Amino acid sequence: MARELLVGNRAMAEAAVRAGVQAYFGYPITPQTELLEWMSKRMPELGRAFLQAESEVAAINMVYGAACTGVRVMSSSSSPGVSLMMEGISYIAGTELPVVLIDVMRGGPGLGNIAPSQGDYNQIVHGGGHGDYFPIVLAPSSVQEAIDFTVLAFDLAEKYRSLVFVLADGNIGQMMEPAELPPMQPVDRPIPDWAVRGSLGRERRILSSIYIRPEDEEVTNLRLIERARTIEANEVRYKEYYLDDAEIVVIGFGTAGRVAFSAVREARSKGIRAGLLRPITLNPFPSKVIAELAANAQAMLVVEMNSGQMLDDVVRYTTGQVPIEFYGRMGGVVPFQDEILTEIQRLAHQTPALGIDPRENWLRQMKERLN
Amino acid sequence: MMDAPAQVVYKRPESLTATPTTYCPGCTHGIAHRLIAEVLDEMGIQEISIGVAPVGCSVFAYNFFDCDFVEAAHGRAPAMATGIKRVLPERIVFTYQGDGDLASIGMAEIMHAAGRGENITVIFINNAVYGMTGGQMAPTTLPGQKTTSSPYGRDVEQHGYPLRMAEALATMDGTGYSVRRSLHDPKHIRLAKKAIRMAFEVQKRGLGFSIVELLSSCPTNWGLSVQESLKYIEERMVPVYPLEDFKVNPALIGVKV
Amino acid sequence: MQTEIIIAGFGGQGILFAGQLIAYAAMDSGKNVTWIPSYGPEMRGGTANCTVIVADEEIGAPTVRNPRAAMVFNLPSFDKYEPLVVPEGVLIVNKSLVDREYERDDLITVMIPANEIAESLGEKRLTNMVMLGALLEHLPVLSIDAIENALSQHLPERHKHLLPLNSKALLEGAQFAREAFAPIK
Repeated sequence: MARELLVGNRAMAEAAVRAGVQAYFGYPITPQTELLEWMSKRMPELGRAFLQAESEVAAINMVYGAACTGVRVMSSSSSPGVSLMMEGISYIAGTELPVVLIDVMRGGPGLGNIAPSQGDYNQIVHGGGHGDYFPIVLAPSSVQEAIDFTVLAFDLAEKYRSLVFVLADGNIGQMMEPAELPPMQPVDRPIPDWAVRGSLGRERRILSSIYIRPEDEEVTNLRLIERARTIEANEVRYKEYYLDDAEIVVIGFGTAGRVAFSAVREARSKGIRAGLLRPITLNPFPSKVIAELAANAQAMLVVEMNSGQMLDDVVRYTTGQVPIEFYGRMGGVVPFQDEILTEIQRLAHQTPALGIDPRENWLRQMKERLN
Repeated sequence: MMDAPAQVVYKRPESLTATPTTYCPGCTHGIAHRLIAEVLDEMGIQEISIGVAPVGCSVFAYNFFDCDFVEAAHGRAPAMATGIKRVLPERIVFTYQGDGDLASIGMAEIMHAAGRGENITVIFINNAVYGMTGGQMAPTTLPGQKTTSSPYGRDVEQHGYPLRMAEALATMDGTGYSVRRSLHDPKHIRLAKKAIRMAFEVQKRGLGFSIVELLSSCPTNWGLSVQESLKYIEERMVPVYPLEDFKVNPALIGVKV
Repeated sequence: MQTEIIIAGFGGQGILFAGQLIAYAAMDSGKNVTWIPSYGPEMRGGTANCTVIVADEEIGAPTVRNPRAAMVFNLPSFDKYEPLVVPEGVLIVNKSLVDREYERDDLITVMIPANEIAESLGEKRLTNMVMLGALLEHLPVLSIDAIENALSQHLPERHKHLLPLNSKALLEGAQFAREAFAPIK
């Protein structure tokens, strides 16, 4: 297939179409709406289900119902809409259904704004809905990755009977880049042996997230955590840049990760031994490689478009082995390359002490910036 | 005395499982379940039907029906049914919902399902109270009715008025069938069954959204005996919730059930 | 080698399409490219801008603080981006809609009456092509041929009859910029 110039939202939608999605339910919200619009055009012409729901609450519950039939289903939204979906997300997790959801994150909390942000990290990666569940979370940083990870999301969802998020941001959704779409897959896929489609010729089936006896729910909780551990053993993905001899290790995902890449490359051109780890799976988190990097680095810098939500995970897995600092922009502000480069240079010239508060320096800078 | 040949005059419908009831004594949920099961049997649709259970007393409805079932979040059964029906339009999809589920938390989902003319069947149990949580005020609680969350009686100045869902849903262009029936005596139970049959016929014929609202008893939370409860439906509920056909698609005229 | 271009003006001036043309031409020339709009609540005639980055290597940040070039279509965009272009960069100003002179003398600056030139060609919607022609004259990141090729591939079918006129606008813009530009001091 040839490279085409594609806008992220439509590219993800078309990737889902080609991955064989049979039903899409959604609700318009910026900066995700082009995805829904593309689906409204493509799905009917292919004889597949598209419905603009009355709300994100309804949309996720339509997804829930459609997923019970054993076909590939999805929805997409942006931060406030995803908050509304949390109810259904928890039910889907509790019923162990394969579902793909795309969150094109925007600034928050509240109505916030429509600019790119990574403020949903905790909500998506660490839950958001009630109860213990562990979705797979994939973070694209380019239009090509947005396509590839959408297809991967369906495969992983099916493989593990799991909820899979593609956690993008407004930049990924609105940006155009040359990218290659996958070939069209057939929609006639094998129907799994748990699907509810009418009991014709077999015993009836029930799909539910109820386990009224706590002991039974606990068995389910255990099954979910064991599945998450299997996923962690098999599916951790990340990308490394200049890490072989890196003294300053930068960690960032999605748009923040690609801005950090520019900064790291420039630092290298200035003779600084900087490298970048860009997590692709935020869940399962690339904790092992981060721990290994921590053992050899002089300092780490976590870069995000939030107040350091992934930072807390990095801190957890580095167990005080290395000084860690944080640089983040919030509220829909995207950092520029020079801001991150300045941080890398500072860390290269003076290694911070172990045990510092990773946000202290950053908070001081932010206050100065705003005064 | 001569031995008469044994004849089966009454048995459990095929579409009901042999599960002992978990409903309170005197509750009419069991009757509603049986009527639906009889209709599934009579129409020969047991194996192509998918039920959607609600949250409320009938949260375990799926234990009683011998057909495929899913369990929805509170109020979202019409959305979940929509998702199933859109993928499997040839299947029969029905929801079974109580008054808190359908008329309160699930108001948006039920109205929009009707507005879209979603080709599903809804069996709506109206007993004017939240049963599962122990008898709180429902959107269908009668004016003056005492509940555990309206201990002085439902004061319409404070809590507003009861919602008449069968009437409201009949105003939707997408609705093919919207009626109210009652389960308080054998005659009305027979009429209720006919209405349930008609609602499934609507779906089978692709005539849009169908709903049967059933006035039901809740002796436990009303604090009444079984007999008193049935009388309560007849004397107190029916005047507020008239037993009428609010919308019947003209294509159904002449359909005998 | 990486070149960043910011294109800014009012909605309806063909800002986003001009950027997309560069992106298409860059892609067709085998280069890496990103195109990103500043998206906002939709308002017809509101501000519109986009950033295009063309590079031989992998592109990191899709937005930059200091672009190599800016094409500004109105006064607010002129005021905003003139100070931001990197030294020795390129600034193309739609003279038709600004009422002041340029201030930087460390840039190649072209003050081009793009509206008038487009109107003289009989199609005022060609302002963006006139500006683009002027830009490419001083920013040899892509050839005019590559843009013309992208136009013929990606101009909506209903506008295809305007192809020759588009080419003319590109060339007129380039010619004006060749003859009348303020060099780096």
